[in-house]
Amino acid sequence: MAAKTYEVPDDYHYSTSDEWVRVDGAVVKVGLTDYAQSELSDIVFVEIPEVGTQVEAGQTFGVVESVKAVSDLLAPISGEIVEVHATLDEHPEWLNEDPYGRGWIIGIAPEDLDAVEALQTPDEYRASIKERSGT
Amino acid sequence: MNKPGTSGLIFNEELIFERSRPNRPGVPLNPPDVPLRDAGDLIGAENLRDDIDGFPEVSELDVVRHFTRLSQWNYSIDTGFYPLGSCTMKYNPKVNETAAALPGLADVHPMSPDSALQGILGLASEVEQILIEISGLDRVTLQPAAGAQGEFVGMMMIQAYHRARGDHQRKRVLIPDTAHGTNPASAALNGMEVVEVKSGDDGIVHPAALEALLDERTSALMLTNPNTLGLFESHVEELAELVHAAGGLVYLDGANMNALMGVAKPGDMGIDVMHFNLHKTFSTPHGGGGPGAGPVAVREILEPYLPSPIVRRDGEQFKLDADRPQSIGRVHGFHGNAGMWIRALAYIRTLGAEGLVDVTETAVLNANYILAELKSHYDVPHDRTVMHECVLSDRKQQSTGVTTADIAKRLMDYGFHPPTIYFPLVIPGALMIEPTETESLEDLDRFIDAMRSIAEESKTSPEQVTSAPSLPKVRRLDEVRAARKPRLRWTQDQAE
Repeated sequence: MAAKTYEVPDDYHYSTSDEWVRVDGAVVKVGLTDYAQSELSDIVFVEIPEVGTQVEAGQTFGVVESVKAVSDLLAPISGEIVEVHATLDEHPEWLNEDPYGRGWIIGIAPEDLDAVEALQTPDEYRASIKERSGT
Repeated sequence: MNKPGTSGLIFNEELIFERSRPNRPGVPLNPPDVPLRDAGDLIGAENLRDDIDGFPEVSELDVVRHFTRLSQWNYSIDTGFYPLGSCTMKYNPKVNETAAALPGLADVHPMSPDSALQGILGLASEVEQILIEISGLDRVTLQPAAGAQGEFVGMMMIQAYHRARGDHQRKRVLIPDTAHGTNPASAALNGMEVVEVKSGDDGIVHPAALEALLDERTSALMLTNPNTLGLFESHVEELAELVHAAGGLVYLDGANMNALMGVAKPGDMGIDVMHFNLHKTFSTPHGGGGPGAGPVAVREILEPYLPSPIVRRDGEQFKLDADRPQSIGRVHGFHGNAGMWIRALAYIRTLGAEGLVDVTETAVLNANYILAELKSHYDVPHDRTVMHECVLSDRKQQSTGVTTADIAKRLMDYGFHPPTIYFPLVIPGALMIEPTETESLEDLDRFIDAMRSIAEESKTSPEQVTSAPSLPKVRRLDEVRAARKPRLRWTQDQAE
């Protein structure tokens, strides 16, 4: 088996704690990257906040639990949570199966949309995975 | 060399509910020789419980066979090597059990007046004095029932200390990324804010990384030393000085005291408060055989806040002193899990001061022996002399698809309990191995041989590893389904 490769789509931005963001009109969707879900392995539980919660960049907004570990979800940008993917409650496996699609976790109405540009680009994120995993 | 645990007969066994047959009594009772009265008439029908649906009806032999068979599925330190990292699964000497079962200790009623408790209070005081000596601190409480409660109590006392000084803003607890997982939980349960301290490339915390996080909000540093990489935090003195200069206190998670006991005193390193795990370092039963015990030692400045009551010597008499206005209060129904600190005292008195030093030195030697013998077969993220445990990873095995979980499962086929896996989180695919001092060279060599065989199989026949275990009573479990769709209790309709 060859060394693992991880999907890093080009139209997303990435936090240093392995969340992705995708600008979707006025809302910024947030999820976990392919690398993060692969490191966590099978995710069995997701704890997501309620719509209306204010989040600050770098602060915990939720928790994911896999058979290996429990991990905090950190907000990549500041703003108000305006959408939550409640169905993940029933289908935590979507985070593993389709991390950039059906595995989206929350939508944030950002305080400052430009904050997205300050996050890592796909190339920067690919380099950070390479450094950490040695692949 | 003989592989342990690879032959034998293990019985299948159904649930006790499934053994049940209607009207099969455990013990047949003779008819009563007094007139029967209706229970409802005696205590009121409204106080009678409804029949329990599906309550098992089994004979005495059914019960004995059921539980004996289940016990034979078990694995324990009495059956084999149990190298769970940071858990210190050392042998629990049977003399401890004899001491704790002495009728004069086991049958003491905790509500007796102090005058009738002089013997056991004297032993409590002796255990406290010994833990004071080992910690290099000033006072000890035996109340906390386990390590995590010890942490909780320690953090509560630190908060009480800051509040008494008017430092209400000190709510931040700094915790290295190599600390035990309970540390952030204990701080958070106290309403404190947890801030992670990144350890350096060499696996330990550097003063500069800590200093950048210190300010007037700092309540405490919670340090695990040696940390979960098995490495001694060699900057500990400087770290403690920095925290003190910023107005904070230093908590030591003492779960890894098996690497320090009798050799280095936390008080000398600048620690202000720490807990012990008697069920790790001091050989009292662990896990299902517990309960645990997590005594906490403090520096003089924290003495007023110790849980109440404390054992106080008054001339020749021992007293339980509850007149402690600044105390954080009681944290256990009675004076801790007394049977546990009695066992710990039996252990300490059996070994003596020099024996405890031998324990520490042998524990460290054993961990380094395993590391030295396995490092050409497994990746070693931090190849340094370790303390009482060492951490390997599955990096060398990944190319054939073998992971840490597979290696752990395969170890069962060789007759060993797997080590702690996937912790610490800073090492992807960590295998954290703590042999303890009680294993013989022959047992360590058997384990090393097993680990080397698994490394070899990972290259030549990886499917043998990824499909393991094949020998235990229960094969590979579907952990994902168990976590996502747990079935937590048996019900009648599942059986039908």
